Amino acid sequence: MKPTNTRNPDYYHKVVDCQWACPAHTPVPQYIRLIAQGRYGDAYLLNRESNVFPGVLGRVCDRPCEPACRRGRLEDEPVAICRLKRVAADHREDITDKLPKKPAKTNGKKIALIGAGPASFTVANDLAPLGYECTIFEKLSEPGGLMRSNIPAFRLPEKVLSEELDCILDMGVELKLNSPIESMSALLEQDWDAVFVGTGAPRGKDLNLEGRWEDGVKDKIHIGIDWLESVAFEHTKAIGKKVLIIGVGNTAMDCCRTSLRLGAKNVKVMARKPRQFFKASVWELEDAEEENIEIMINHSPKAFVHKDGKLTGMVFELMQYEIDDTGRITDQKVTGETTIPCDDVILAIGQDNAFPWIEDDAGIELDKWQVPVVDETTFESTRKGVFFGGDSAFGPKNIIWAVEHGHQAAISIHKHCQGKMLTGRLPNEVDMAPTKMGMFEWRYSNSYDDAERRQMNHVELTKRFAELDVEVELGFTPEQIATEVERCLNCDIQTVFEPSLCEECDACIDICPVECLSMTEDADEAELRASLSVSEKIEGQDLYVSDALPLTKRVMIKDENVCLHCGLCAERCPTAAWDMQEALIQIHHADDQDKEM
Amino acid sequence: MTSFTKPLIRRRNEPTNELGLVRADYDGAMSTLCAGCGHDAVTASMARAFFELSIEPHRAVKVSGIGCSSKTTAYFLRESHGINTVHGRMPSVATGAIAANHELTYIGVSGDGDSLSIGLGQFVHAMRRNVNMLYMLENNGVYGLTKGQFSAAADMGSTAKKGAVNELPPIDPVSLALAVGATFVARAFSGDREQLVPLIKAGLKHKGFGLIDVISPCVSFNDHKGSTKSYEHTYKYYNPAVHADYVPPSKQIKAAYDAGDIMPIELHDGGQITLRKLENGYDPRDRAAAVNKLFESGQSNEIITGLLYIDEDHKDMHEMARMEDRPLNEIPYAELNPGAAKLKELQKGFR
Repeated sequence: MKPTNTRNPDYYHKVVDCQWACPAHTPVPQYIRLIAQGRYGDAYLLNRESNVFPGVLGRVCDRPCEPACRRGRLEDEPVAICRLKRVAADHREDITDKLPKKPAKTNGKKIALIGAGPASFTVANDLAPLGYECTIFEKLSEPGGLMRSNIPAFRLPEKVLSEELDCILDMGVELKLNSPIESMSALLEQDWDAVFVGTGAPRGKDLNLEGRWEDGVKDKIHIGIDWLESVAFEHTKAIGKKVLIIGVGNTAMDCCRTSLRLGAKNVKVMARKPRQFFKASVWELEDAEEENIEIMINHSPKAFVHKDGKLTGMVFELMQYEIDDTGRITDQKVTGETTIPCDDVILAIGQDNAFPWIEDDAGIELDKWQVPVVDETTFESTRKGVFFGGDSAFGPKNIIWAVEHGHQAAISIHKHCQGKMLTGRLPNEVDMAPTKMGMFEWRYSNSYDDAERRQMNHVELTKRFAELDVEVELGFTPEQIATEVERCLNCDIQTVFEPSLCEECDACIDICPVECLSMTEDADEAELRASLSVSEKIEGQDLYVSDALPLTKRVMIKDENVCLHCGLCAERCPTAAWDMQEALIQIHHADDQDKEM
Repeated sequence: MTSFTKPLIRRRNEPTNELGLVRADYDGAMSTLCAGCGHDAVTASMARAFFELSIEPHRAVKVSGIGCSSKTTAYFLRESHGINTVHGRMPSVATGAIAANHELTYIGVSGDGDSLSIGLGQFVHAMRRNVNMLYMLENNGVYGLTKGQFSAAADMGSTAKKGAVNELPPIDPVSLALAVGATFVARAFSGDREQLVPLIKAGLKHKGFGLIDVISPCVSFNDHKGSTKSYEHTYKYYNPAVHADYVPPSKQIKAAYDAGDIMPIELHDGGQITLRKLENGYDPRDRAAAVNKLFESGQSNEIITGLLYIDEDHKDMHEMARMEDRPLNEIPYAELNPGAAKLKELQKGFR
């Protein structure tokens, strides 16, 4: 095999599974180490550079990092990365002085940002300190987008959200509330240097079944995201005793739990397919089931039942599925029907983009699904100077994706306003920093800790439903923090090998607790893997292959999949051919694009 | 000294042996030897060999003397029996233990100092008695534990770390073993575990005394230019001449081998040692050929390794001495100790 080029910035980045999986590439192990040192403010600021809303995301992030976590490949449970992010936010000291500032004077460039959600706020966060005059237009009376309207306050307290939005507004960003943009053409005629659209995917899907539009029925059937918004803005304050939620994604989980807080007594989530096909995150399902929500599988909605001008229930077809070995449904059949009584139905079966306010002649091309044609790198639409990000760009994703879209769009807007090529972006880089402090001493906690994942404490069930905004999760206790930070394997502290120093004594191979090293004759990848004790290949995990070793011309190989980053190979190496070095992955944002490449 | 321990981690899909144990179940305490010591590689190879042979750790016995090498019995098979004996006296203690229970698997670990100076007498007599054990002689040419004086295995002309030249001829444990009747004689190198692990397995399954003289460099006191037991020197002159694999009875393939290519040797347990990489019709069952081969390779500085001699037909100590077949701990007390009257009767027979 060709020797591995560890100078490729992606090589070590990939080894840091959590950071690689995070759309915004948050340096997770680095901030967990700061938390371990009690440097909550620094941990918060480090988070903020990548993901802008650590307080929000520490509660409600979709956490693509956690399924990727190396710890999850070792035992069942990954590090509670998201919970630790919240620790940084909850315990941070006053860091106002360390936040980016409103510049002394602006650069005269005016940017219109449509929709006050995470994507627009990220663009403003990146551009305002550089001197851009950013104006955010919002149709509602409060900023935040779905973070405010769709995420219930019992998961995300209003105060946490407002604090993080305010510190961006404090950078000199103008926010125009109750100001829906009704015509793109009219906006474009105004004096804007660039326009960013971050309006989300605001249209919840409807379910046009028999009885849907009958009088007395139609008002009892709610579109999930609209209903959550109406609850958030206190237009809706009650719901019937028996509620059915159709759909089993994360919106459905928010709808069912919100229903309980508005007075529902019996809430059922109706799923068309078996559990393994649920779209909701595992932890959101668990949280709902903890509140005694019943999730019924294999029920396909058929009709709404009404009597005397009143919704009385819903008819479902009972489904049976044939599932093959790969987990795919190969066949389905209806085995019967059942009617389930209800007072209200909430539809949470997906959402679409909608741009009724973008005229056909605005020069912004929409595809056949009415989604704008957007460049995946620059986020520019087919009209120069108009950018899209968040759910409005490529359909519904999540907050952390919206943040990353915002970062990328901000780079593009910066380049656009300077008249530079949008594609001339700084590539990622990696800096290596030594971690050796002395004999068997590293500046990270390298010893393996076999503690299990800490469980988040919740408010007691009896106290949870009195008010809509009682935050359910209590945050980690100091003991939980101390234990959980040690579970992190510090995957960003890399095992760096210098073949010319190796004297082939096998010490590293023998000490490795997961037997991920081997020295062998060079061969093709399959053969090299066969020389390892566990030769199973995990998708996305590379095999490190060194240059030929000086004494025997064999190669050192390392399976990046199972390495614990415990540093024992480096401690055991008599010649320091193995060293532990911190890989600092440099992810560039708008503020450092003007550096020399 | 070390300040760290190797964590015990159960991984998914970890390979297990026939007993359902994983490789790490054959580890011991954390090694306190210098980082890079050849002995650690030998220790790891022994652990792997026991793992691959699916020997229950509590059915194994580790015996050793004094020295860096003799410390290593603590670093593998944490759940087996073992004793660190007085300097150079390991063979006697092992002989006694085997007399008491010959059903266990015995491995002796010693070094060139322990075996070739203070323990030389014990070492040769264990070999001539053909005690059924595998004797690992971890050979680094120096007294590492006392900071690098030449041992009796140091080659003539090789230098100590500070430049002193050794003028005494070495005692070669392999030649010695051939001379006094050991029935399994091998040389190996800690840096080549592809050769070493199968060799240890074969040695453990051989009935009678097995000697593996392992070149095992001392990184602290004998890994410099001028040393003939350094990693660099050994890799340079290393010649893996005879490769031995142990094939258990259950996995034997009854096939005809091309002569000179693979040579099968039947063992007492029904298993087989197959020999590969044989040069020029070399036959490791021929003691004279082995002695010649050693002499020739010595002329050219070449370090010839592998299973150099094997005699599977020779009786072991237990058989020669017509000792009790049952382990002593399985014999009822009354039978083991028939009483004063029986003793008197026995003594009468000698008068």
